[in-house]
Amino acid sequence: MAKSSADDDDELRRACEAKIEGTKDKILMSIRVAKSYGIYRKNWQIGSQLYGQARVLHSSIQEIVTIMVVTTTISDSDERLHCTFASRYARTSLPRFKIPEGSMPKEAAYQIVNDELMLDGNPRLNLASFVTTWMEPECDKLIMDSINKNYVDMDEYPVTTELQNRCVNMIAHLFHAPVGDDETAIGVGTVGSSEAIMLAGLAFKRKWQAKRKAQGKPYDKPNIVTGANVQVCWEKFARYFEVELKEVKLKEGYYIMDPAEAVDMVDENTICVAAILGSTLTGEFEDVKLLNELLTEKNNKTGWDTPIHVDAASGGFIAPFLFPELEWDFRLPLVKSINVSGHKYGLVYAGVGWVIWRNKDDLPEELVFHINYLGSDQPTFTLNFSKGSCQIIAQYYQFIRLGLEGYKSIMENCMENARLLREEMAKTGRFVIVSKDIGVPLVAFALKDSSRFTVFQISESLRRFGWIVPAYTMPPDAEHIAVLRVVIREDLSHSLAERLVSDIQKVLKELDELPPRVSTKAAHVTAVNDEESNKDAHVTAVTDETHKVNADRHHLKKSTVETQKEIFNYWRRISDKKTSGVC
Amino acid sequence: MALSKRTSQMDESINSTFASRYVQTSLPKFKMSENSIPKEAAYQIINDELMLDGNPRLNLASFVTTWMEPECDKLIMASINKNYVDMDEYPVTTELQNRCVNMIAHLFNAPFGDGETAVGVGTVGSSEAIMLAGLAFKRKWQNKMKAAGKPYDKPNIVTGANVQVCWEKFARYFEVELKEVKLRDGYYVMDPEKAVEMVDENTICVAAILGSTLNGEFEDVKRLNDLLTEKNKTTGWDTHIHVDAASGGFIAPFLYPELEWDFRLPLVKSINVSGHKYGLVYAGIGWVIWRSKDDLPDELIFHINYLGTDQPTFTLNFSKGSSQVIAQYYQFIRLGHEGYKNIMENCQGNATVLKEGLEKTGRFNIVSKDKGVPLVAFSLKDSSRHSEFEVSDLLRRFGWIVPAYTMPPDAQHVTVLRVVIREDFSRTLAERLVGDIEKVLHELDNLPARVRMKLAGSEETAGSDDTVVNKIDIEEQRKITTAWKKFVADRKKTNGVC
Repeated sequence: MAKSSADDDDELRRACEAKIEGTKDKILMSIRVAKSYGIYRKNWQIGSQLYGQARVLHSSIQEIVTIMVVTTTISDSDERLHCTFASRYARTSLPRFKIPEGSMPKEAAYQIVNDELMLDGNPRLNLASFVTTWMEPECDKLIMDSINKNYVDMDEYPVTTELQNRCVNMIAHLFHAPVGDDETAIGVGTVGSSEAIMLAGLAFKRKWQAKRKAQGKPYDKPNIVTGANVQVCWEKFARYFEVELKEVKLKEGYYIMDPAEAVDMVDENTICVAAILGSTLTGEFEDVKLLNELLTEKNNKTGWDTPIHVDAASGGFIAPFLFPELEWDFRLPLVKSINVSGHKYGLVYAGVGWVIWRNKDDLPEELVFHINYLGSDQPTFTLNFSKGSCQIIAQYYQFIRLGLEGYKSIMENCMENARLLREEMAKTGRFVIVSKDIGVPLVAFALKDSSRFTVFQISESLRRFGWIVPAYTMPPDAEHIAVLRVVIREDLSHSLAERLVSDIQKVLKELDELPPRVSTKAAHVTAVNDEESNKDAHVTAVTDETHKVNADRHHLKKSTVETQKEIFNYWRRISDKKTSGVC
Repeated sequence: MALSKRTSQMDESINSTFASRYVQTSLPKFKMSENSIPKEAAYQIINDELMLDGNPRLNLASFVTTWMEPECDKLIMASINKNYVDMDEYPVTTELQNRCVNMIAHLFNAPFGDGETAVGVGTVGSSEAIMLAGLAFKRKWQNKMKAAGKPYDKPNIVTGANVQVCWEKFARYFEVELKEVKLRDGYYVMDPEKAVEMVDENTICVAAILGSTLNGEFEDVKRLNDLLTEKNKTTGWDTHIHVDAASGGFIAPFLYPELEWDFRLPLVKSINVSGHKYGLVYAGIGWVIWRSKDDLPDELIFHINYLGTDQPTFTLNFSKGSSQVIAQYYQFIRLGHEGYKNIMENCQGNATVLKEGLEKTGRFNIVSKDKGVPLVAFSLKDSSRHSEFEVSDLLRRFGWIVPAYTMPPDAQHVTVLRVVIREDFSRTLAERLVGDIEKVLHELDNLPARVRMKLAGSEETAGSDDTVVNKIDIEEQRKITTAWKKFVADRKKTNGVC
């Protein structure tokens, strides 16, 4: 046995301490035992060539531990020797309802959670969502470094707060807010556009209430006017904050709010009209300029003072770069607040949104809470309190990294890929393109002839290739139209777009060869009935199969698949409207 | 030949970041710059500026978790691009969320069978959780009053004055009157008797706090339940209790399992807890659990299509990251009951070490209680010469962030320092902190007292000695900071302890 130096003793002690929970005596003893076993070599540290030796030490210490503290650690030490998949954790079923009694090794916990998550869809191939799924590795590093910072501790993390304020300024500037060159803008970072919209709506409601109170008029029946194409969070805002939602109905071929109809619906109880820049359904921009003109006229006539909010969740980072001459923002005098999702075309991972007010007067003082920030007063207006700050840092990274030039190039690329996809889809001759050229880079298309199969079936079949392409029906009054929607994000490159085109073509061909739906109708009627009691598509499919054991195997298989598909479609339709959660 | 453009770009990629022009120009603060800059430069600039932020690990002001195992970091990073709200696309993540809800409901003794699913939801933090719970109470009360044909426009909520700022937010944003039970010297939690006295017909609920933000004390929910049951019987009302267990929810079940504060008490209808506090996950996750389906009015629930089945949701936020939910599940299965218990015991042990160390100095009154959230709140016995704010400021120089704040109204003459013991605050660090506090006290003793300093200040400025003026400037600044801090703190709960 080599003569030991103090260094080596330290090394051994550390190894023992890591393995053994307990008193100093236990550790000292195990060091002594380890030495007497002769497993202790001078240079046992892990190096590529000495790895084997390290393992000897590792497992030998383990044995000693086992001998010494038999009762408490025997099960633990066993496990550490095994590889994760040889341990008992790979055998037992995971707890679902209770926190388990005992701990498990971190490697096993990691592997189990990680492996189960493999069954989730791949975010990069999820074409349903506008939400960013890729960022540069440098930014990932920044995110990971700041993941343990609480955004709300402004006093402790002044730089993070400062970065937030800078982002607000930059966005306000991008939207032409009437602030001087080095004045600070009024705005706040949120968890998403949902929070942003609630804050903006709340500000409008409170302002309207204050006005009505001052006039001595009733203030208990506020309403808000929007198109029926709004995202579900407007409906949430209305219901939770007790505001009536007046929706302008859509009609076939025109899937956004009609400004003229919207202005007609405005009355003295209207807290604001919400216009959408980049409708979730078709990506189209609503005509905010026309709305502004019509509303100004109406305001002049009636003496009311109805403002506009622009929900630019998806379009806010598109329009300024691709259509700079389009007037939709604070250039229009009635636009008092705008929200935008940093996690959509702001190019940051999910969890950041922004809301900007035109100026201080548009945000009632009573809603603002004051936080002590480095001895000075930092006003805040949020629904959430503690949250991570990494998204805000990432947003600032993107702003300074990309600049106007970088954002413009990315948006142009997206638009170009959208054009490719649109042309290819039109070329198949099977689809009607519902989305417009000017708007958010997405392609929404409906089947010309859905008598043989529906877009829902296309969506299901595309899943097999890995693509997640949502299909959904339009809101009321256009609900007989079902569309497929592909969102083009920066990370959907030209070659991926080409691949998607060819996969869609494959799916079309496949579906053509399937028998049309009518023949399976008989099967699916019973299935739907069953399903109402069971609420489980798979169980039904199985029972269905057992009922018809004698039927033709091949045909049966196909029909169960069909049945499942039908059930999917059926359900989809039940939970129609804004419940399909496109975002 | 796009020569001119090319050369400038080539130059930059050869230069090291600190040799490039990007470290020379000042950063854009109000506008986005016209051009892009290389990613290395952008990274370096932001990273370097962030060095000036406080170190989260040394931030003893906050309950919020600042350390997790590297394995969990890996899981978080792998799922950072998943949008939690895309339930259809990420069914496993949704399932993990539901499992967490079940586990927490079970931990809080919610009355449901072994195979039944609990009613609850993951939120961004306790703030959202509280708003959701409050909204459910408000809507339920409104429905009840409407059915009884009574007016329903003046709802109120009863809490202690020690509640976190988000209750005040809820009250203001959702138009509910906040009736606060006042504190008194030496008793910094809600008095159940006074609270029940304040309850009237329009009270939507009484909110009790398990782990007051100020001193970590648990309020007596059991007594509140008893008194309220009695009152409900005599008046025929049906007032319920919400427990804000943001910080205590993961302490009490492990350290004081016999303490009855949760769904074992029949009037407790909902509980919120912060996953990012003693749930041991990074900032950005909270939970709210309801006793049963009936306690959550149907009209508040939105339905999302989830794999062909219907997934009810009730949240204020929509798109958000899903990594925190995954991290929470990791902690539950990794640590288990045993692991959580050990960690909480360690925290409590370190809190005791710190408390004893502080007591030994003989300079502090300990305001926090032994039973409660592992934190130590203490105030100076003699604050005539120096205030707690000065101690807090000086500790910053050692790297420690220890907040000082005044108590809410009716106890506002008391200023305390608060140290939160998190799992990553080891015994060595605790001992080191005691040492540093002793150093600070020593230093303060040598400094002139504030009153005397003032006189000296006016004299010395007349003499106009450069170094002295400098010193006075610093003193002056410190005074102004202190004054501001006091001023802002006096505006009640604006202090944002969390």
